[in-house]
Amino acid sequence: MTSDLETAPHPETLRRVAIEPLSRVEGHGKVTLLLDADDRVQQVRLHIVEFRGFEKFIQGRPYWEVPVMVQRLCGICPVSHHLAASKALDQIVGAKITPTAEKIRRLMHYGQILQSHALHFFHLASPDLLFGFDTEIARRNIVGVAAEYPEVARQGVLLRKYGQEVIRHTAGKRIHGTGSVPGGVNKSLSAAERAELLADIYRVIGWARGAVDLVRRLHEAQPELYEVFGSFRSNLLSLVGPSGEMDLYDGKLRARDADRALLFDQFGTNRYWEAIVEETKPWSYMKFPYLRALGPEAGWYKVGPLARVQNCDQIPTPFAEAARREFLDTGHGQPIHATLAYHWARMVELLFAAESIKELLHDDDIEGHDLVARGERAERGVGVLEAPRGTLIHHYRINEDDQIVRANLIVSTTHNNQAMNEAIRQVARRYLDGRKLTEGLLNRIEVAIRAFDPCLSCATHALGKMPLAVELVDAGGVTVDRLVRDGC
Amino acid sequence: MLSLQAAPDTAPLLLLAVGNASRGDDALGPLLAERIEALRLPGLEVQTEYQLQIENALDLLGRRAVLFVDASVSVAAPYALTELRPARDASFSTHAQSPAAVLQSYFDTVGQAPPPSWQLAIRGEAFELGEPLSAAAEANLIESVNAAREWVGRALENLRAESGSHQSGTPIDVGLVKV
Repeated sequence: MTSDLETAPHPETLRRVAIEPLSRVEGHGKVTLLLDADDRVQQVRLHIVEFRGFEKFIQGRPYWEVPVMVQRLCGICPVSHHLAASKALDQIVGAKITPTAEKIRRLMHYGQILQSHALHFFHLASPDLLFGFDTEIARRNIVGVAAEYPEVARQGVLLRKYGQEVIRHTAGKRIHGTGSVPGGVNKSLSAAERAELLADIYRVIGWARGAVDLVRRLHEAQPELYEVFGSFRSNLLSLVGPSGEMDLYDGKLRARDADRALLFDQFGTNRYWEAIVEETKPWSYMKFPYLRALGPEAGWYKVGPLARVQNCDQIPTPFAEAARREFLDTGHGQPIHATLAYHWARMVELLFAAESIKELLHDDDIEGHDLVARGERAERGVGVLEAPRGTLIHHYRINEDDQIVRANLIVSTTHNNQAMNEAIRQVARRYLDGRKLTEGLLNRIEVAIRAFDPCLSCATHALGKMPLAVELVDAGGVTVDRLVRDGC
Repeated sequence: MLSLQAAPDTAPLLLLAVGNASRGDDALGPLLAERIEALRLPGLEVQTEYQLQIENALDLLGRRAVLFVDASVSVAAPYALTELRPARDASFSTHAQSPAAVLQSYFDTVGQAPPPSWQLAIRGEAFELGEPLSAAAEANLIESVNAAREWVGRALENLRAESGSHQSGTPIDVGLVKV
């Protein structure tokens, strides 16, 4: 399934176009296009710098510090790292966590999913989707959304706010949360906190249903675009619950092939390396994982919302399940591989997160006092969950002094590395090949990347970054044109 | 919770610091916030974030003036203090917003001009995970703390001067001189 645009036969003879955010530390993302003299696309590569230095950073630290420390890896989904680390360390302390602890963690996790998905759709994706890819930059942004869809902009901010409040009440603080600890949690919800969250949850569910409806209408208005743009066949990977249901906090691994036939199911996450292999390629810092059974050429896969809604057998909340079925119906019995379908799937999950929060808020266990469990100590622990962008794996080993001696993380952007490359190759092949490059055409590349919203290891965020530079370089290596966008 | 109204006890001044304490000079924002917070200045709320996002627009509700603080690689040492205007970011990622974009989000969401806002950008040099603050950044931090204190002092002075004639909740002229 690997694309023929990965490596051109004679790259030295080709014109190079780089789409590059010029940040000054980790977290760079860059797209390079090699074009021949007739503007035919010969090679397309997405380069993302992976997490670096984490193992050194954490080595020698006592394990109980890890759930707090790992939040500093990523500023956009620290809760996912907080919980994945906690799940791994549950095994190290030998704990089967209490019902209260599990439900508080789930609440925290669904708060994270809600706020992350809301940010992605309402702030990042909706301008492209509402106004089209060729619209001038000045209109293709949230101001345009606010002007023509004022409720969308307002609901996006308030959904984010609600998710943050769920996190604050469960993690103790809005950032640097300490709520989840090895073996459980260190706080449950007070009656007042529970009442505060309950007061708004039905409005949140209503907005989430509206978001699903909005993205459905967008698809229906332009099916020829939404079903084709950046479409590529791949395997699908995610966690599922014991009955094959969607579960974003816990479960076992399931993989399907591009026709949605099962490849494996209920595969224990503690042996993830028997199912997944990480390959390196000389041109990229980021690894390329694949399913061991299929090998590197055929074994790469998608993770994240589009994989999850098609990998599960059902969603265990009523509105989201109805939305999932409506989404699947658009495939007419075939799997949906279009890149823009990520947005619809993401809004189905947003609704699932909102409904899950509601159910948890009605469960008295969240006010319980049995918070931490302990058992037989182990030297190794693996924690896996479904983060907003896809499967997240934390794997730790400790020594007899309770110090971390090894850490391995596979983040969702790494899982999706090949898939993102394929998405932009499809876009380049369809829209750029043989044409003079324009901003609208280059924006199509960004639209494909935005659908995945890759993690850029960006927990460092200083001023002075220029987010995007487009450089046109001729075959002699001379820069003939350059476009820079200021901002963040 | 989900309203666009400021809480009744909202402090008129907000210092919103951004950064990751575990990444070298990216700690400049959080460290400045710690030092300013320790002073317990009246009328000032200090808040720290890893990075700015759209919901930070709601933190601006009811403020009379706001100071964003962050490390920067594009200003000369020790710091630059500049007035902000709402502006959009054009990005392929949700992973961060600029202070100007937060002001824009405020405008988009609330439908009103954001409070007068300033940016204190502190020169940083090294941002690797697990590294301490560099010596150069430490020197810049000391001067920046003084600049932030002066900003707060001038803002409070203006608040007091206007308290007799100024209608509560409307923007004030902080009266700062651009550096």
